[in-house]
Amino acid sequence: MKIIVAVKRVIDYNVQIRVKEDGSGVVTDNVKMSTNPPDDNAVEEAVKIKESGKAKEIVAVTVGEEKAQETVRKALAVGADRGILVKAPGTIEPLAVAKILQKIVEKEKPDLVFMGKQAIDDDCNQTGQMLAAILNWPQATFASKIDVKENVLEVTREVDEGLETIEVKIPSIVTCDLRLNEPRYASLPNIMKAKKKPLEQIDASELGIDIKPRIEQIKVEEPPKRKAGIKVSSVEELVQKLKNEAKVI
Amino acid sequence: MSVLLIAEHNNKEVKPFTLNAITAASQINDDLHVLVIGKNADPVAKSLSEVPNVKKVIHVDNDIYENYIAENYTPVILKQAENYSHIVCSANTFGKNLMPRIAALLDTSQVSDIIKVISEDTFLRPIYAGNAFATVKSTDKKKCVTIRPTSFDPAPTSGGSAEIVKGENTDPSQNTKFVKKEEIKSDRPELGTARIVISGGRGMQSGENFKLITAIADKLNAAIGASRAAVDAGYITNDHQVGQTGKVVVPDLYIAVGISGAIQHLAGMKESKVIVAINKDGEAPIFSVADYGLEADLFDALPKFLEELNKLNTIQK
Repeated sequence: MKIIVAVKRVIDYNVQIRVKEDGSGVVTDNVKMSTNPPDDNAVEEAVKIKESGKAKEIVAVTVGEEKAQETVRKALAVGADRGILVKAPGTIEPLAVAKILQKIVEKEKPDLVFMGKQAIDDDCNQTGQMLAAILNWPQATFASKIDVKENVLEVTREVDEGLETIEVKIPSIVTCDLRLNEPRYASLPNIMKAKKKPLEQIDASELGIDIKPRIEQIKVEEPPKRKAGIKVSSVEELVQKLKNEAKVI
Repeated sequence: MSVLLIAEHNNKEVKPFTLNAITAASQINDDLHVLVIGKNADPVAKSLSEVPNVKKVIHVDNDIYENYIAENYTPVILKQAENYSHIVCSANTFGKNLMPRIAALLDTSQVSDIIKVISEDTFLRPIYAGNAFATVKSTDKKKCVTIRPTSFDPAPTSGGSAEIVKGENTDPSQNTKFVKKEEIKSDRPELGTARIVISGGRGMQSGENFKLITAIADKLNAAIGASRAAVDAGYITNDHQVGQTGKVVVPDLYIAVGISGAIQHLAGMKESKVIVAINKDGEAPIFSVADYGLEADLFDALPKFLEELNKLNTIQK
């Protein structure tokens, strides 16, 4: 079995982002970048499946600027076998990423495609489902448990009401929740080894698809600030304020 | 043109967030139609026909729609889509799973999780876990939009009398099979819709100590939440998690106990109407969003809090 894992380079989740003064976006210069957190879970799960002997090859794919290959290298350092960087400038919307991944899937013919359920920058939560749709593959989103069985996956999904279990035929798309597993850290020797693993570069313009944005970003602004509140000195005062001032209890 | 909203329900009742989504949808265009896909879901179609904002209910009923499978819902929706300018639904796990599948097949770039309708094609949506707001304009002919339910009031549920028409079903997917659903049953209000939420963080120190929170939740008829740190430490199950990777809540009163206020937690609760923080670290970031901050050891403060609540003659529930 062959697994493709799609990974995205985003602003590190610990960074307090800053909105640009001209409203054109958020500041990304000199800001720490990392792999989108649930994409790490997707890589980890693929590696675990390979270690269990159920998969032979893992290909890590990313779409973005030249630097996005760091994200692929990181996947290679924790166990992916080779990488693909699809170079594309500027904003690439989830629909365009799905179309790019469709081309990669047609070429690579994987049995499974894994990725994080959502990127923590644009918070779209779309790419996996869109890829499943255009490939006409089944989708298992928000996975917190994956069992690889004969020709099918049994996937437990995190849904609002609790947990849902579905069975999807292979080939299929899985989008991963943070609770799926605990991603491992790359060891220094493995980081060194990853530098020698193959990383193919493809230019998105060679794929013959329209990846122009369809959504115009008019402005980005800071959310309204919450008014600073007061400190109360005792529980009695707190309860009295909640009852008589805020009138919420 | 008209707006088509996909209803979420359990074949008997409409899920509350659908009513919030209806409010947003009718702000896009007041010719709002609702699509109910289910098994023996007549009561759902009927109750939606009584929502005044709804102009028409399309009901597609078949055994194959007993459980909600995106692969089975999608072709039904695509069949209806040509008559509509917008396809919308709520941005909870239901809509997040479903809408991109529809959007991709309509070759539309979806607008996710809107918190404000500015015009038929322009919307406000949070990015970076709510640390920035983006105003975006869709240039696609057909628009697919998901709606953050807690940003809109629920639509009234009576007074309307929309017509109910039957729609056609399509063939089920052979590739996806529903196995089971484990719903977490509780007598408490649901976290996503509760009027009062009390949450514990790593400061609780153990799962056992959450009984201090439970006692207050019982008194206030509140839902119980938790920070990711408390969930990761195994104090409480993850369906209680409030935050960027958990649930986004907007109660009238949010009480954060022993929660430092990491960005990821604030993203899930900072729109609450009144926020109370109880923490022994006076420098904790949670105090920067709290209307009322109490710098105290939670193990002293919580029993006292319960005692004071017990002294009140009346408590709004």
